[in-house]
Amino acid sequence: MQGQTNRLNLTRDAYSGKPSTLCKGCGHDSITNGIISAYYELGVQPYEIMKLSGIGCSSKTPTYFLEKSHGFNGVHGRMPALATGAHMANHLLGVIGVSGDGDSMSIGLGQFCHLVRRNVNMVYIIENNGTYGLTKGQFSATSDQNSKSKKGEVNPYAMIDVCELAINLGATFVARSFSGDRKQMTALLKAAHSHKGIAILDIISPCVTFNNHDDSTKSYTYVKDHDVPLHELGFVPHFDSIEVEIEEGASAEIKLHDGSILSIKKIDKSHDPTDKLAAIKTLLHGRETKDIPTGLIYYHPDQPDLIQTLNVVDEPLSSMTEADTDPGAEVLAKINAGLK
Amino acid sequence: MEPIINDFSLKVATVNGTGSQSSNNILFKSLFRMGIGVCGKNMFPSNIQGLPTWFQIRVSPEGYQNLREKDDIAVLMNAQTANEDIAKMGPGTTIIYNSDIIHFKEEQLKDKLIYALPVEKLSKEITDARLRPLLKNLFYVGALSHLYGIDEAVLKKVIQDTFKSKQKAVDANHHAFDVGYKFAKENFQKKDRFQLKAGKVNEGKIILDGNSAAALGSMYGGCTVVAWYPITPSSSLAESMADYCKKFRKPKNGKNTYAILQAEDELASAGMVIGAGWAGARAMTSTSGPGISLMSEFIGLAYYAEVPSVFMDVQRVGPSTGLPTRTQQCDILTCATASHGDTKHIMLFPSSLNECFELAQEAFNLADRFQTPIFFMTDLDLGMNNWVDNEFKYTKPKFDRGKVLDEKSLEQAKEFGRYLDVDGDGIPYRTLPGCKNSKGAYFTRGSGHDEYARYTEDPGAYERNMDRLLKKWHTAKKHVPKPVITGNSKGKVGIIAYGTTDHAVTETLERIKNSNIRYLRLKAYPFTPEVEQFVKECDKVIVIEQNRDAQLKQLLEVDIPGYQNKIHSIKYYGGFPISADLVERELKRVLEK
Repeated sequence: MQGQTNRLNLTRDAYSGKPSTLCKGCGHDSITNGIISAYYELGVQPYEIMKLSGIGCSSKTPTYFLEKSHGFNGVHGRMPALATGAHMANHLLGVIGVSGDGDSMSIGLGQFCHLVRRNVNMVYIIENNGTYGLTKGQFSATSDQNSKSKKGEVNPYAMIDVCELAINLGATFVARSFSGDRKQMTALLKAAHSHKGIAILDIISPCVTFNNHDDSTKSYTYVKDHDVPLHELGFVPHFDSIEVEIEEGASAEIKLHDGSILSIKKIDKSHDPTDKLAAIKTLLHGRETKDIPTGLIYYHPDQPDLIQTLNVVDEPLSSMTEADTDPGAEVLAKINAGLK
Repeated sequence: MEPIINDFSLKVATVNGTGSQSSNNILFKSLFRMGIGVCGKNMFPSNIQGLPTWFQIRVSPEGYQNLREKDDIAVLMNAQTANEDIAKMGPGTTIIYNSDIIHFKEEQLKDKLIYALPVEKLSKEITDARLRPLLKNLFYVGALSHLYGIDEAVLKKVIQDTFKSKQKAVDANHHAFDVGYKFAKENFQKKDRFQLKAGKVNEGKIILDGNSAAALGSMYGGCTVVAWYPITPSSSLAESMADYCKKFRKPKNGKNTYAILQAEDELASAGMVIGAGWAGARAMTSTSGPGISLMSEFIGLAYYAEVPSVFMDVQRVGPSTGLPTRTQQCDILTCATASHGDTKHIMLFPSSLNECFELAQEAFNLADRFQTPIFFMTDLDLGMNNWVDNEFKYTKPKFDRGKVLDEKSLEQAKEFGRYLDVDGDGIPYRTLPGCKNSKGAYFTRGSGHDEYARYTEDPGAYERNMDRLLKKWHTAKKHVPKPVITGNSKGKVGIIAYGTTDHAVTETLERIKNSNIRYLRLKAYPFTPEVEQFVKECDKVIVIEQNRDAQLKQLLEVDIPGYQNKIHSIKYYGGFPISADLVERELKRVLEK
């Protein structure tokens, strides 16, 4: 690997961060590695990215990747608002938001919903381990009903399915992956970056310390055994698309907003990610069969994003000068004259 | 009987949602255009239709902009409150009332000058039955015009301007006005001494509400991101900002130089403002007390991570939901230290339309300069009432973006640490996301951090950072707007007030003409050295404010310790705007102590 560079002549190292302080073997560290690989391979300048997070184990991870990007670790459950604001101020930069199941599905559920509704152009990663790791193993809202905690308590409450919720709220890119499936996760991360609009990535990421026991439905073994990839994904970046042939046997291709292509190869049954009803059905079916369908679950590209909706100027609002914003003395005189 | 010219107050009591607001504004504007010193105070309920509402119109040669406690004339159109309303009117006052629905006993009327207006009977002259409930409010406008000499042509032009191109509405309102005017002319004999006379006091003046003025200031101050959540009395601030920007901000290639977003709640509004401020935009939210409570967590983040952000608090009566449509200055302590942990915030206290305009612009400069939340402390009285003030003065905006390093300046800098005190003033340098020089990248956080924004729990690093924040606070004392000091500079009695309270204080001082008084009007917090000097030099200091707990006085006692024994307090917290009548009475009491 040493000496290898991407199209910007940057090494993979240029996309890394500080050493992780999470537990050894944490699924989140695999996701961190996936993010580093994805952005290295995409050949995006680190300074073209803003990374934001809330509070929890997952929210610590932006320290561990893209050290040369600006980052903001905010308050619990409120990353969506910070990300929306930062994006409105400078929509030329890519946004990676990292959150967890507690951060996004409990304390921050409201903000999550409204961010999705507004179709904020960003990559929103939920590192979903079904537990509150940093406070030592309480159930979260994505813990399966009747599943057991490490202490043996049974979760009596219905769970929230991140992907179902996101689709119902009008998300334009909804995917699920598993921290143990590096190939699929990296392809989805790249596709999420290439998508213009909100891209929700629900990545099941086992907590090795508090939720990896035999009775857990979010343990590494359980998820590995129940992971049912809907398709095999291949990502062809826009800058390569002329040279690279699409893999033989691909049943569908999705052309993303930046010109990159996501190739979708059927595995068992075919899954059409542009069919909303089919997407919901797949998720509901998975609940019944205890399968965890992963892959690109839903995709709907023809929706204006927040910046288009607000008709914001092409340049970042952060770069507006007096000349851009001052209506001038004549206008003020006109305003005064109208207030008589 | 000597007439009393342009010096009385008149209260109109009506039912909310019946169109009386528009009639009252027509009256107010007509007097303004006649060149008469006029003030309008709307005392309205938290309700869309059905609850009682009052509007005071006060005329004075000086154009005083504060409430009168007692009225000389009452227009009683609401049967629900008529008995209470008339009980508040003193002997010899004038009562104009809807005699079709209000039936006073003789003893209630015995010492009053009475005009009975049969509103329901007159409303039969309005042919369109659907418009009757709205248009009958014009009858009292017509009657008042006849009784007190409001220029009919001026008033009809105001009606025309109010309804603009809707000629049908203009005609219907003109007709209703005529009905009331004619009835008064044929049936009312002039009994009281009050009279209006056209003057010239409003040359160079305007009418507007403070929320709109603050919105104009934000537009001229270069604000580009607004996130807000509807709450009385602040909603019209963000809405005006949207209207003004749409009308007056030049688009670039057909696109907006601003983003205004109605958020899902106040938490999100605050978060969006902070996200935008971090990424380099001039961002603002407008809210009221309950919103500040909800935003508090985020305010602490902005303080600790040092993110420029502007919070406009249009204060209303608390605690909790309180009285949502009534005014107070009750969020002073909350905003001074909003959020958990050790925090201190900069506040601005506009007292007029012009200060709403100017201090709003200044708020964005201070936010950038000090990289911290700035609280723009207005209130319902200033924000939602129409005020008469001088025309806005244009000054070419010159943004102070504070200490921002770009690629070039980073190249020259020895090193970059987001929270390093390079200049010794406690204000660190920042870079903006998108900065191409990777030396400038940093990862900010609300958790403990060192000079380089790295996570740390080290006691030394934590204390150094907190001490630097305090140093920055002290630096701010040299930069925030200085107080306005008037009166006798050697006076031994010092009065301190801020915001809307100023109008009642100024009028009181003009009334009592006490040469031993000096008056300091605060425009900002932290207290600048002038405030300490003032407190030190006076034998007696009296803080006048609109809250129960003497909140600003408490701040004075903590920040300028050692003078508690000579600092006194005058407070009013009933929810209506403070009056000079109350201040004069209370001041006499405190001065005799």
